Amino acid sequence: MYSRLTMAVFTPTSLSEALLALAESPAATLLSGGTDLMVELNSGHRRVVSVIAVNRVVELRSWRHDPVAGTLHLGAGITYAEIASDPIAQWVPALAQAARTVGSPQIRNAATIGGNLGTCSPAGDGLPPLAALDAVVHLAALGAERSVPFAEFMVGPKRTARLPGELITGVTIPLAAGWQGYSKVGVRNAMVIATASAALVTDTQTGSVRLALGSVGPVILRCPLAEAHAVEHADFAGLSISEAAVQEFAVLSRDAARPIDDHRSSAAYRRHAVGVLAARLLRRAFPNG
Amino acid sequence: MAEAADMTDGPIGSNEAYSLHVNCERRDVRDAWVGESLLFVLRERLGLMGSKGACEQGECGSCSVLIDGALVCSCLVLAASVVGQQVLTIEGVAPVGAPTDVQQAFVDAGAVQCGFCTPGLIMATHSLLERSAEPTELEIREELSGNICRCTGYGRIIEAVQRVAVARRSRASS
Amino acid sequence: MTDAATRTELRGRLGDSVARPDGVAKAQGSFAFSGDLTADGFLWGATLRSPHPYARIIRIDVSGAWKINGVEAVITAADVPGAATYGLISHDQPVFASDVVRFVGEPVAAVAANHPDTCRRALAAIVVEYEVLVPLTDPERAIDGSHEPIHPDGNVVRHQRIVRGDQTIEGPVIVEGTYQLGMQDQAFLGLEAALALPDSGGDGIELFVATQWLHEDQKQIAACLGFPVEKVRLTLGGVGGAFGAREDISLQVHTCLLALRTGRPVRMAYSRQESFLGHVHRHPCTIWMRHHAGLDGRIRRIEARFVFDGGAYASTSSAVLINGITHTQGPYKCEHATVDGWAVRTNNLPCGAMRGFGVVQACFAHEGQMDKLAAAVGLDPVAIRLLNAMETGDRLITGQVIENVAPVARCINETAALPLPDEPVGGHDGNPLRLPGGTGLTADRSHIRRGIGWGVSIKNLMYSEAFDDYSTARVRLADGVASVKFATAEVGQGFVTIAAQIARTVLGVDDVVLEPIDTTVGSAGSTSASRQTWMSGGAVDGACRLVRERLFELVGNAHGIDPLRLAIDGADVVDTDGPLRVSVVEASAGVLIEETFEHHHRPTEDLDEDGQGNCHTAFAFVAHRAVVDVDPELGLVKVVQIATAQDVGRALNPLSVIGQIEGGIAQGVGLAVMEEIILIDGHVRNASFTDYLLPTFLDMPDVEISLIEEPDPMAPLGAKGVGEPPTISSTPAVVAAIRDALGRDLYRVPVRPSDICL
Repeated sequence: MYSRLTMAVFTPTSLSEALLALAESPAATLLSGGTDLMVELNSGHRRVVSVIAVNRVVELRSWRHDPVAGTLHLGAGITYAEIASDPIAQWVPALAQAARTVGSPQIRNAATIGGNLGTCSPAGDGLPPLAALDAVVHLAALGAERSVPFAEFMVGPKRTARLPGELITGVTIPLAAGWQGYSKVGVRNAMVIATASAALVTDTQTGSVRLALGSVGPVILRCPLAEAHAVEHADFAGLSISEAAVQEFAVLSRDAARPIDDHRSSAAYRRHAVGVLAARLLRRAFPNG
Repeated sequence: MAEAADMTDGPIGSNEAYSLHVNCERRDVRDAWVGESLLFVLRERLGLMGSKGACEQGECGSCSVLIDGALVCSCLVLAASVVGQQVLTIEGVAPVGAPTDVQQAFVDAGAVQCGFCTPGLIMATHSLLERSAEPTELEIREELSGNICRCTGYGRIIEAVQRVAVARRSRASS
Repeated sequence: MTDAATRTELRGRLGDSVARPDGVAKAQGSFAFSGDLTADGFLWGATLRSPHPYARIIRIDVSGAWKINGVEAVITAADVPGAATYGLISHDQPVFASDVVRFVGEPVAAVAANHPDTCRRALAAIVVEYEVLVPLTDPERAIDGSHEPIHPDGNVVRHQRIVRGDQTIEGPVIVEGTYQLGMQDQAFLGLEAALALPDSGGDGIELFVATQWLHEDQKQIAACLGFPVEKVRLTLGGVGGAFGAREDISLQVHTCLLALRTGRPVRMAYSRQESFLGHVHRHPCTIWMRHHAGLDGRIRRIEARFVFDGGAYASTSSAVLINGITHTQGPYKCEHATVDGWAVRTNNLPCGAMRGFGVVQACFAHEGQMDKLAAAVGLDPVAIRLLNAMETGDRLITGQVIENVAPVARCINETAALPLPDEPVGGHDGNPLRLPGGTGLTADRSHIRRGIGWGVSIKNLMYSEAFDDYSTARVRLADGVASVKFATAEVGQGFVTIAAQIARTVLGVDDVVLEPIDTTVGSAGSTSASRQTWMSGGAVDGACRLVRERLFELVGNAHGIDPLRLAIDGADVVDTDGPLRVSVVEASAGVLIEETFEHHHRPTEDLDEDGQGNCHTAFAFVAHRAVVDVDPELGLVKVVQIATAQDVGRALNPLSVIGQIEGGIAQGVGLAVMEEIILIDGHVRNASFTDYLLPTFLDMPDVEISLIEEPDPMAPLGAKGVGEPPTISSTPAVVAAIRDALGRDLYRVPVRPSDICL
């Protein structure tokens, strides 16, 4: 049986309890860090009848570096505060940089990577690094498990491939051997939603460059043309690339963006900004020539 | 064209009962509504008015409390979900009339004007100094960046935090 | 004169940086803000608001709300027993809309119920049928008459010209520009909240509320309730900041009506989103200015046209307009002017008082003009301002002579003397927090350009145009303890601290008790217009002096000494021409001396149809220099440092003054680079702290301050008001610095990234 704290709020401590609760109460609302759900509850935009709070589920609070597989697995309940600092940060610098920009220290102590994936906003800070790293999202339901590459997991703005009865249990990130980084544009220097963001991951072993853009489309956008162009023109040994190639990379990145106008920013600015971010990130990855 | 707000009239759910650990005491909550935040329960059911609500979105830090030692916004915590965890509010930091060194430093340094942000900042400062005893100015700014102040412009608050760090260091070395 | 023993008794006097008396309670969370007050058996109140900027109300059906368990009252315009409308200058704003709604958020109904969520559901169950109308959102259309009147009072709240001197002067140097300011919000943290306790007979009410002017609230509430004024008793609930947003009525009448209707205490508290809709904002403004100057850069004539968008209701727009246009010239000599000023009504959010009150807008324009003038004549920004700097004895373009201390040149020179930042772009340590973009890691230092810019301002103090905004205080002395009673709204600015310092200084006592702030004493006027230190400080000082006079009479009679020879020295009454020294404690033992004093400033005048007249009371001056780092490709800005020298007269509490300066600068920075309520066709897009951005710890620059203390003989304590100047010229200084970094013109605040890089 699962733990019942009150009539309406269940707090399971094991994954099997959580999945059983979810199977028995399909109308229950999942609660992780609360930083998205509570905003909606407080404003009256959403009502709940019953809640399954997964922040005590032991399996979701674990993480593991696997040196043999070359992966980092993060349980869905790992917080952004934990991701932003060592021992986790060292494995995924781009994700750690993104984590540092999430909300505020208070938000980072509560917000979880699983919650961020569950909400799947195009402005979610942790998402572009996951996309650029080709992370894999793990889902579980009672008696079933599956894994979905991030690109297939996020299907639209705040829409995911998660099915009713499924719980996000974690994410596995293949580690990359090379420079990686994240940049986020916001009007102020803390507690700001990205008007444009980008994550760049290079791998000197595989000779790859991966770029993911946030806040400039209905989903996190990868830029295959820009990536191919970078691979063609970058010297992985000397860590160099020509200025002309960097500028072309920026053009291709801008072309991949599909931004909209909203109250935070204009499509024109967003498109311009991701080009600038892409160019600067590429130059950081290949600082020479 | 008639208009009504788009809200379904669901079951009330106003009979929640649970116990919380707040400021090292067991506090019982009765006849609560399922959607109540910890901030609401602290203030309206437990009479702990020290934590303040200024945005309901976790964007100002006025509601900051510690849960199992971690600084969080209580407006973003579903009250019933923290059963079994230790909640520390501003009231639990020190008895009334016996302010901590942080609280006194805020007052002495001119870091308190209207005071609405102050309890949240006291919580955040205590949390910061637990983790980093001698923070640089940039560290102070970043660690307190989740707390908005509209009156002071932050300068006197930074001064207050630095004074505490210096005083604690000299007490430790003496 | 004083030895070490008496020196310790002299703490807490004027000039000391005394800690505020409510500071520990605030730091411990035990200080009661208005939202913390509660009463047995209370109900929650909540307000139904219009979703449309302009619509006719066809019908309101509240029956659905009554079907919800826990609802105890549902009220609309039909339930307002007294005056249907209220307002600070004209009473044009309905308690509840009855036939038409004129802005998004206008109150239409209110409910009282047993839980905030019950209130929410009750509001959702009220059906309002609207006929949506085309809103008036362009202030120019309010002026040209092309839109029907949206209010019986018409679409123009006020029009005023200023015509002075030779209207034919042209050039030889001419610079012009059109400047725009977006809508800033006061965004105080302490959300609107009140507690109303109805009298058992239902013929009176007690209200605890966070507000700026108790007596003005009392007057309006009583009129709307149909009660005599004395039946409406107000006590100040702790105030979590104000900055102008609490001058107008928000929830006061609604809370009282619900309490009287139910016969039970009612608490009302706004959410942040509701707060954005429920109070007035800073006027968006478009200002065209043209400066005519000599080849040397001296101003000869200024032309200007101001349009203030006052939104749906008049509030204080009329006064904001006058403040704005009378400050057209800035702190500079100018003898010839042609100014046209409009305050108009639209279906945008109502606008009214916000720290700076029209002068923020004028200053942004005149400082942009001064930099253009400097460039046109080949002078630097400091030189052009020193060349034109106003002095005591100069005139405003209204003809009024500046009689105050007017140390404009000194403000500029002392600001210039303050050190520039010692950290280069990106800092010596290369910490990304020092760069624009911060932890967003958007730039390396090679991407950044640094700029320096200036802003200088004049600001009137107290109310204008023949308004007698007096203040009252009552002081009692008994057994060595002074009790001070006033209705001055303490909103965080520290008047409660100063009041005690005044009493200690004048009466020589250490023990000062501050009595509850309520309507049982005379009006203190509004906590606004940088006026309370001067006016309420003057009232407390005046009452203390009367008490001291009586004390000296007592002592004089007891010892056979002429009271005129007596003085306070430290904590004693002394004979200035003899050996007598008796402590104030002893001298006041067993007696009760009580005096009440009203402090009035000298009368001011209306403006005539050419805008001529001595309409202002007094003036203060300030200069700001901003250093900013700009990322020209991304348009991100980091304000690195603001240096300022402010004309404060006398720093009665230096720490409090610094607090006002730093806090005001934060609001000026906010307006410069991030704060704006975004309205599209009258709808608010960002009524939350997620998208209405206030400066955080990581956005606030270092501040270097020089206090210029030339005591003003016109001020009762020599001290000028300090609250508004910091927020006035800091904004144009930041924008000027961005222009300097880019070499590009910017004419709008807040400056958006796209304004910089696209």
